[in-house]
Amino acid sequence: MHLAYPAVLASLLFCTGLYGVLARRNAILVLMSVELMLNAVNLNLVAFDVWLRDALHSGQALTLFTIAIAAAEIGIGLAIVLAVYRNRGTSDIDKLRDSAEPHDPDDDPHDPSDATATAATPATAADEKAEATA
Amino acid sequence: MTTTTLAVLVPLLPFLGAVAGLLLGRTAPGFVRPLAVLPTLAALVLAVTVAVQQGGGGGNRTAALDAHTELTPTGSVPIELALHIDGFAALVAILVGLVATCVQLYSTGYLRDDPRYPSYAALVSLFTSAMLLVVYSGDLMVLLVGWEVMGICSYFLVGHYWETPEARAASLKAFLVTKLGDVPFLIGLFALATDAGSFRITTILGKVASEGGLDHPTLIALLLLAGVAGKSAQFPLHTWLPDAMAGPTPVSALIHAATMVAAGVYFVARLLPVFTASQAALIVLAVMAAVTMAGSALAALAQDDIKRVLAYSTIGQLGYMTGALAVGDRGAAVFHLLSHGAFKAVLFLAAGVIIHAAGTNSLAAMSRMDNLRARVPDAFWTMTVALLALAAIPPFSGFFSKEAVLGAAEHTATGHEAGGVAIPVASGWIVLVAGLVTALLTAAYATRLWLLAFNGRGAQAPDHGRQPLVMNVVLWVLAIPSLTFGLVTVVLPDWFDGRSLTPTLTTSVLGTGFALVGGLVTYAAWRHTTAMAARAAVPIGAVAIDSEQGDGGLVEAEAIATHTPAYGDIASAPDPADPGRLLLGPLHRHAAVGFHLDALYATLFVRPVRAAAALVGFLDRAVVETYVRGAAEAPKALGWAVRRAQTGNVQTYLSALLAGTVVLVVAVVLVATAGA
Amino acid sequence: MTLAVPTASAAVTTAAGSHGFLSPTGVEIAFLLVGIVTFGAAIVTVTTKQLVHAALWLVVALGGLAVEYLLLTAEFIAWVQVLIYVGSVVVLLLFGLMLTRAPIGRSPDADSPNRWAALAVAVASAAALVWVVVDAFRTTWIDLDRAADSAGAGGGSTAVTGSILFRHWVLPFEALSVLLLAALVGAIVLSRKKNAEPSAPAGVSAGAGAGAGAQEGTR
Repeated sequence: MHLAYPAVLASLLFCTGLYGVLARRNAILVLMSVELMLNAVNLNLVAFDVWLRDALHSGQALTLFTIAIAAAEIGIGLAIVLAVYRNRGTSDIDKLRDSAEPHDPDDDPHDPSDATATAATPATAADEKAEATA
Repeated sequence: MTTTTLAVLVPLLPFLGAVAGLLLGRTAPGFVRPLAVLPTLAALVLAVTVAVQQGGGGGNRTAALDAHTELTPTGSVPIELALHIDGFAALVAILVGLVATCVQLYSTGYLRDDPRYPSYAALVSLFTSAMLLVVYSGDLMVLLVGWEVMGICSYFLVGHYWETPEARAASLKAFLVTKLGDVPFLIGLFALATDAGSFRITTILGKVASEGGLDHPTLIALLLLAGVAGKSAQFPLHTWLPDAMAGPTPVSALIHAATMVAAGVYFVARLLPVFTASQAALIVLAVMAAVTMAGSALAALAQDDIKRVLAYSTIGQLGYMTGALAVGDRGAAVFHLLSHGAFKAVLFLAAGVIIHAAGTNSLAAMSRMDNLRARVPDAFWTMTVALLALAAIPPFSGFFSKEAVLGAAEHTATGHEAGGVAIPVASGWIVLVAGLVTALLTAAYATRLWLLAFNGRGAQAPDHGRQPLVMNVVLWVLAIPSLTFGLVTVVLPDWFDGRSLTPTLTTSVLGTGFALVGGLVTYAAWRHTTAMAARAAVPIGAVAIDSEQGDGGLVEAEAIATHTPAYGDIASAPDPADPGRLLLGPLHRHAAVGFHLDALYATLFVRPVRAAAALVGFLDRAVVETYVRGAAEAPKALGWAVRRAQTGNVQTYLSALLAGTVVLVVAVVLVATAGA
Repeated sequence: MTLAVPTASAAVTTAAGSHGFLSPTGVEIAFLLVGIVTFGAAIVTVTTKQLVHAALWLVVALGGLAVEYLLLTAEFIAWVQVLIYVGSVVVLLLFGLMLTRAPIGRSPDADSPNRWAALAVAVASAAALVWVVVDAFRTTWIDLDRAADSAGAGGGSTAVTGSILFRHWVLPFEALSVLLLAALVGAIVLSRKKNAEPSAPAGVSAGAGAGAGAQEGTR
């Protein structure tokens, strides 16, 4: 089998996940898109392992590790999303804008950050940061 | 104690008094008066002691006391703390101490209710200390320190009534005009020190007397003359002095009699060989003196404010002194300085009493008050004596000192060499002619002042009761030298250069004759005009209303403030009974405003400077500030634009990050491919 | 072409001469069809307006990937994929959707206004990646049969994977178990109720607090 097929499929899946991460509003949908990206990587690992016929099967072993780590990540990610939802009443990513500059009177009047998001505890700010890196 | 220690203490004591007065003025008001009077009195006693020890009093000219110490090395031209006390310094210091003590005593009565008396007394002490420093200093830089301290003290003291706009303007004017002279003065000092290699007066004089002399005598002398003209109120820098009358009367007495204006004359007397080294400087000095004398006497004849009359007379008498210096006779100059200091102090202090009693400073208003002389008998008698001295009527002190000046001028004009130094004959003639004319005019305005102030007819003068005893005592103390100073004419040359100061027959007859003519003509004019005064109704507006319980200072401040509203001018009043108006004729209008010199200066200097300032202000606002504001606004706008990108939406950030990554990766791939 | 050519490719790509660039074998056709289904499911996952449908389409995409693993002879990984992803991860995601009260039915604001930029970035990176990958591996051939033969029971069988994993990858495996434990503890800590504390966090408004409380009740 041509290596190009799995490689191209992995690339397309990765970019699909990328689009989802950038375009989706709901945090859980973003997590789904992250899963897609991880799976694209897994596919690549498996395909190259089979092609190189590695004696240690490092590709497949790494795939297993990735799957395990992805499971852990989804658990932590969901816990964070739930915590954010409990604190904010929403899980929409573009409403979590605590990292934006506070609204100044002399600033742009069209500042879209909503008033409820301005008062944030350090805990939720840390949550949001963790989510952004997830 | 040695004479040197005593001499050091003389300027130091008033200085310490000033510091203590400033420090204790608020916390311990009870100490203010002793602290004001006692150090000055002690300085006077010490000055007398120094003079007795130094001059010896035995008729033998003793060598000048010279002492110096160097605090720290100051480069190629050393600056030393030096004393140089000869006869001039010793006598002028006595005068300064005497007048300052009298002024301090007088002020305790005159400003007894003034809330700012502590700072006032401390400043007067500082002023005295600075003048004593100038007098005793043997080093030009140390002298300059005292010189400038006097400048700033005069600023504060003239502006004592800073609530009135006149006082504010006058203090600023006094400061700026004297500073205008001080800048060339400083340059002249540097040039002199560079030429002579030292700031020590003895060294400089030795250099001048030596074979080589100075390199640029004329330049140095003219530069120094500018500073002297500013300090001693000589034409054309005299305009600050009449306006300085906005200060309290004791301050006027101090400035005019002994300290500030005397400093310039004293300085020239000290460095007279530097000036006589240049013929041109002497001619300039003579012309300056002549214009000052004649012009100020004419202006004095037209003034309505009693203190302004005295101010212009001060300018005129200073003209006599510079005239004496212009003919190379510093003995005569300092002699006139001493006698003038005494009688001018009396005039000012008595004028203060009169202003207090009459409630006005306007001669026109005083001439409508009956019986003013009975209200203030002490002031009347002392002022009469002082006016006679001013008009140079024998046997009062002014006669002898003025005759000494005129005699020296006549001596030079007739071609006699003075002490082996060539003095231009022209300057002798200039001084002599101007001096005689001024003698006539001086007598005229002295008579006018006396007639208008003490021979008024009209309403009864307001009765404020007796003046404070201390003020009257001071007047009599100061009147004694005016009466008797002529007696010292015989011994004085021993203290000075040794030239005779006794009056010569020609100038005595001429001067006294001119003075008598002036007095008599004025009296005739006054008899003529008082007839009209009965008919003409002139407002007596400038009389302070509530002068019942206020002290002299408050009454005076009010009188100054009400003069302009009442008469429309600070200097003159539309009074047909004024003999000066009749005598001067069409000239009166110009003389009243000091021959338009202020207006001329306003046109020549003030307006161009204002225009330039407006231009600079415009450039600053419209051009420079635009750049400054632009430098602030451009980053602000940029920051605003960049800040808009920071929305807080993480997905936007990530999109930008990944887009950049893609672009970079594609670029790397393309470069790698092209390189392959 | 110097891009991404591993050292082993020289030996393996000798077989590429006998296979054309587009000469599909049966396995390739199957891979292609399943790949198209997988890709389509992934596309629908990231674009659908119905949130629950997105999770279900994700199941299709992940299952398709499991089939692809099978086709690449990695059996064990395929089953693990089905077990962990389809069995647990998607179920977790569905729970998450429910707990955050995701709307049932079409929600018009599922995509953020950022999507056009996201589309541009995604398309651009896809183009770049596909171009590079195709350019690099267009002639590379995977010999699936030989890979299966040489290892006896197949390169991805459970026996082979198990022996490799516990013979050569034991230490990472144990480290991974510690990581999983840490993730477990972390998830518990993060999702624990916070009403034990006397004062609510400052960021909680009254309405959000009430909603959170109701949410806790549903758990």
